[in-house]
Amino acid sequence: MEHYLSLFVKAVFLENMALAFFLGMCSFLACSKKVDTAIGLGVAVVFVQALTVPLNHLLLKGLLAEGALGWVSPALATVNLSFLSFIVFIGSIAAATQVVEMAVERFAPSLYTTLGVFLPLIAVNCVILGGSLFMQERDYSFGESVVFGLGSGLGFALAIVAMAGIREKLEYSHVPDGLKGLGITFVIAGLMSMAFMVFSGIQL
Amino acid sequence: MRPGWFGKDERRALLAPIIDNNPIAVQVLGICSALAVTTRMDKALVMGIGVTLVTALANFAVSLVRNATPGSIRIIVQLSIIASLVIVVDQILRATLYELSLELSVYVGLIITNCIVMGRAEGFAMQNRPWPSLLDGLGNGLGYALLLLAVAFARELLGAGKLFGVTLLPLAKDGGWYEPNGLMLLAPSALFLVALIIWLLRTLKPELQEKD
Repeated sequence: MEHYLSLFVKAVFLENMALAFFLGMCSFLACSKKVDTAIGLGVAVVFVQALTVPLNHLLLKGLLAEGALGWVSPALATVNLSFLSFIVFIGSIAAATQVVEMAVERFAPSLYTTLGVFLPLIAVNCVILGGSLFMQERDYSFGESVVFGLGSGLGFALAIVAMAGIREKLEYSHVPDGLKGLGITFVIAGLMSMAFMVFSGIQL
Repeated sequence: MRPGWFGKDERRALLAPIIDNNPIAVQVLGICSALAVTTRMDKALVMGIGVTLVTALANFAVSLVRNATPGSIRIIVQLSIIASLVIVVDQILRATLYELSLELSVYVGLIITNCIVMGRAEGFAMQNRPWPSLLDGLGNGLGYALLLLAVAFARELLGAGKLFGVTLLPLAKDGGWYEPNGLMLLAPSALFLVALIIWLLRTLKPELQEKD
């Protein structure tokens, strides 16, 4: 249990997807002008991330890893298809977002109006693919990948909502012309990334 | 050979993205991986070459099949073309530069979701013939590589006193005179450096500035 808690805290703060690994920067910068939009995107990312990391874990262990196809016939027991992981991951992510989009539209129409525009965008968000690739690289177990998916999604949501809050306040400040918009957003992201580094001393 | 293989339009498709319409600094595409691989020049160079190859070839391939692709499934078609190319790049990297491929870790795979590749395939290659698309992809890849190298230059030189692993500024702890700036090797410095580059570019070209 302690191991999972430690992994969760690490995924949320210490190894924050947006601020430590720069994943999902495009949407991090583009969708952080308003807090409402940021919350919408954040929730959608948590949702899809917590779903696709375990899903891709099952696909990896059940189909792609060395010897995973042994149950089909003994001749396939030495086949290692893990080089196909990129294309399988991106396919399963695209399919999962499509299913989530349809399910949300059917069962929670009010949530759909908030999340609707973001769900298709998420299929090509590096946070999602990055989460699955980290899962593969670090060789997480199924339980770990559930915790990691949830934690890394929450970390991204936290970062983007905080960013949107700062940018809303920023409208009242006087920024040099050349830095307006994108430039100052990068500076803020840099400062936030420094602030998140204080968590690096935490040991659980 | 039809006239104008390197006419005005073709030259513009190749050269404009390098500075004037730089994918990172002006179009704000593909920042995700750009920041993480810039702690060393060799990592930035390999990543730049990889992205240039994938962008150029993906643009070419998407443009070849553009008239046969139904609009409703074009994203998944583009994604599979891009993912296949990235697998090739990843396998070549593992076979030839294994150490470096371990350090680049997930970022090679993340070329798939790099917005430059998708953005140019969707924004340029779907409307244009294969040859200009190839050049456009090449130009955008080079613009990306150039910015990556600029950021990596500052980070490796100031953070470790080296370029491409060769010591230029002898470090104080090894008996030299240069006291390295450790922040340059950490995540925040990349964001600050990109902000400075954008600031410089927008001061030189005021028409790029955002209005509030």
